[in-house]
Amino acid sequence: MSAHEYVVRTKGLVKIYTMGEEVLRALDGVDLDIRRGEYISIMGPSGSGKSTLFNSIGGLDKPDEGSVFINDVDMAQLDARELAYLRCHTIGYIFQTFNLIPVMTALENVTLPTVFAGMPTDEGLERGMELLDLVGLGHRYHHRPTQLSGGQQQRVAIARALANNPSIILADEPTGNLDLKTGEEIIDLLRKLNRDQGVTVISATHDYKMVNVSDRVVWIRDGKIAKIEERANIDLQIGGMHGEEF
Amino acid sequence: MSAETPDQPSHAKAGIQKQIQLPFSKAWQISLQGIRIRWMRSLITASGILLGIAFFSFVRTAGLFPIDMTDKEAVSASNRQSWLAIMALLVCFVGIMNAMLMSVTERFKEIGTMKCLGALDNFVVKLFFIEAGLMGVLASLAGWVTGWVIMVLLHLLSKGTEGMVSAFWIASVRELALSVGIGTVITLIAAVPPANRAAKMPPIAALRSEI
Repeated sequence: MSAHEYVVRTKGLVKIYTMGEEVLRALDGVDLDIRRGEYISIMGPSGSGKSTLFNSIGGLDKPDEGSVFINDVDMAQLDARELAYLRCHTIGYIFQTFNLIPVMTALENVTLPTVFAGMPTDEGLERGMELLDLVGLGHRYHHRPTQLSGGQQQRVAIARALANNPSIILADEPTGNLDLKTGEEIIDLLRKLNRDQGVTVISATHDYKMVNVSDRVVWIRDGKIAKIEERANIDLQIGGMHGEEF
Repeated sequence: MSAETPDQPSHAKAGIQKQIQLPFSKAWQISLQGIRIRWMRSLITASGILLGIAFFSFVRTAGLFPIDMTDKEAVSASNRQSWLAIMALLVCFVGIMNAMLMSVTERFKEIGTMKCLGALDNFVVKLFFIEAGLMGVLASLAGWVTGWVIMVLLHLLSKGTEGMVSAFWIASVRELALSVGIGTVITLIAAVPPANRAAKMPPIAALRSEI
């Protein structure tokens, strides 16, 4: 096996939440290998554990058992500073609620990760403008998030996720707060970035539009992987899937 | 599957370095910008501190004027004054705590976001320390001046320059240092521990926190 074939691998991930007497295994032994440059969707109804899986892969939350390997590095072996480096340089995050910093302009938001990476200010601003142009918002660089529509805010968030040239983009329900058409535009943009820049896109979603563009779809149910479908198979089934609701 | 498990010798952290520590000047710059772009919100928080310290300083300044120890009424007024000063301290403590706790907890999500973007815990804490420290010093200073000026004006109106001897001026400077010290310390106590707690949380916990 080539050392860098897989960008993310998880081994026996378990995450347990205790609510009073009740013990919920949000993740119950998840093994998942994600190839470099892949566009992968993690699908499942709410409460299936997909967000928990997403957070574990992104190092935003620690699993109770099992390991996550990013570029063959066990995340549990990293100290706080190495984890911060990973979040800064290797992973770009996109959230359902955009999570832009409300008091900062679009450009300042996009530039923030370059500040944490120690990039000189001028270079960071240049990089920020380049990215805003890439997502089609170069002309609105001085606007605050509240002055932008949902779709535009998500574009800014995508530009921010790309700031330090990550190898992985993690998107948690990126279209969850957007209308149909805007959601499609965001999906197209993610797909384009995946193709053009070779960045691996991992998206937790229950948006069926995502299925169309994914290389693979991972179905999660009750904290376990129910099935993994390759794109070729999805194409055959897509007709039957429309209208199906979780 | 087990054959494919990557080895994990100590050199297996290939490509992962330690995140750089940003210099203090960068934190200072970001904190100043933070106060500036949140100007109205900062002013409201600062006025909470200002009012608390102004009340405290007003009461304390009243106590600086010498009293006639043979005048029973003046002596009992002076005793009431020291109780009032303790009350004022309590009021300003609660006021500042409230203002700062609010302004920090409403930014927990921002702390979580910054951590996702690669900010180190201690950098986030540094930002809040600088911001709270600056607001504490400036607002306490303004608060002390406000309270002192109002008390002195009232005194001038009723008793003229009586009692405004050198001891009064020296005591005023001491009171200034005391007020700014108390104001800044309370501000930092209210702001830094919660910011520190949020920074130490896993990012997802800080992001999820609702207020």
